Amino acid sequence: MDNAADAGDEPDGDAETDGGVRAYTVRLELVDEPGELLRALKPISDNGGNLLSIHHERGNITPRGHIPVEVDMECPPDRFDDIVEGLRDAGVNVIQAGAERYGEEISVVLVGHLVANDLSETLSRIEDEASAVVLDLSLTAPEGTEGVASARIRLAIDSGRTTEALESIRAIGSAKDLTVVEPLLGGDA
Amino acid sequence: MRLAILGAGDVGRSVADLAGEYGHEVVAIADSTGAAIDPDGIDVERALERKVGGDAVGTGDPEAVFETDYDALVEATPTTLGDAEPGFTHAKRALEADRHVVLANKGPVAERYEDLRAIEAESAGSIRFEATVGGAIPVLSTIEDSTPQAVTAVRGVLNGTANFILTRMAAEGLDYEHVLAEAQDLGVAEADPTFDVDGTDAALKFVILANVLADGGFALDDADVTGIQDVPGSALDLAAEDGRTIRLIGEATRDGVRVGPRLVPENGALAVTGTRNIVQIETKHAGSLHNSGRGAGGPETATAVLSDVGRLPER
Repeated sequence: MDNAADAGDEPDGDAETDGGVRAYTVRLELVDEPGELLRALKPISDNGGNLLSIHHERGNITPRGHIPVEVDMECPPDRFDDIVEGLRDAGVNVIQAGAERYGEEISVVLVGHLVANDLSETLSRIEDEASAVVLDLSLTAPEGTEGVASARIRLAIDSGRTTEALESIRAIGSAKDLTVVEPLLGGDA
Repeated sequence: MRLAILGAGDVGRSVADLAGEYGHEVVAIADSTGAAIDPDGIDVERALERKVGGDAVGTGDPEAVFETDYDALVEATPTTLGDAEPGFTHAKRALEADRHVVLANKGPVAERYEDLRAIEAESAGSIRFEATVGGAIPVLSTIEDSTPQAVTAVRGVLNGTANFILTRMAAEGLDYEHVLAEAQDLGVAEADPTFDVDGTDAALKFVILANVLADGGFALDDADVTGIQDVPGSALDLAAEDGRTIRLIGEATRDGVRVGPRLVPENGALAVTGTRNIVQIETKHAGSLHNSGRGAGGPETATAVLSDVGRLPER
């Protein structure tokens, strides 16, 4: 992520106005289809947000094959959560809102004949089916490429979708005969 | 209370041995071939000597135990799956005679919870089974004290053998087979460790926990279980690079039971080492409670049985 979050929740300089309106930046990820941008902006105006600028980075594709869009806007602080919620309800993927990055990082360990079973296909299935971005991969294959190997994969997942993502990864694991060691969620493990 | 003990393995023998210290009297103890019975209290030392010497605990008929004047039956025969027999019938016979039942045997509580509760409802006796989950650790009584409705989930490590193996693998960078052999030499793992390493033993305990939380509805078949046999040393090495380790973790909620190898923070509460067990009880209003201790062993498990006996109502 870039530094777009800097205009976030903290009042910075003249961002706060007399009416208690503040400037926010939200970073969205849009599917490359006609009308998507308009659809993404509607929840902002519907919830009383005032658009300041839109950076539609057409040339820059996210690892999921989507187009990142950065929207600067202003609104009263108590409306901001409604806007983010409105965007989500409209099916828009919010990557970052204000200072907060709406995403989670988790690590999973995969065990099995990873190399012989086409590791890159496994990774692209995880990105597609679990809506995750592979941030980092660490592989050890002490028995050589034909033997049992282990891989630790660090993934970025949309906030609140970790359980679903892990379910998808589990399904991919069982389809490809891999053991999936998941992180333990919940509680203060 | 006057105790009748069925089963003369590590747990049954330890209950007999420690009962006096807890203010109880043993009027019968039986193994599969014989029984020592005396309405005035058996000679525990002599019965245990016979057993250790390779004989039955006594020359009486094990069936006669049920005719004895006892207050609580301690069911400590080996855990069986499926219909959970003969443990289930033992508990049933005692309840039908309006006696209390304290189970150390996981089978009936994991596999036939509703049947057991239905029989209890018709009986003047009650059942308790603290010893079936986490040996000496007071897991069920903690849930009982918090009331099961206020507990949202129970997670943790409830199999010492699997935990010992994973701990050694992580510490020594060794593979599963190697550490298993070592664990067998040390007596930590059984000659046939399947029940422990394939997750079944832990699953039974988490099924019992789910039954307590949801007031029944679960058996072993309902649990999603993965063992540790396929976890290589290299997976533990990779986890360690990230400040994590792998433990065989069980989870019980009102919705289900899962047991499998999971990534946990290396220095987190659930990353207990060796044969130690831990449970994390997640409550609605009081955050998480952690209880850790020895989850197996004769005297350890016997203390849980005897705590249960102490909680039984007078007859």
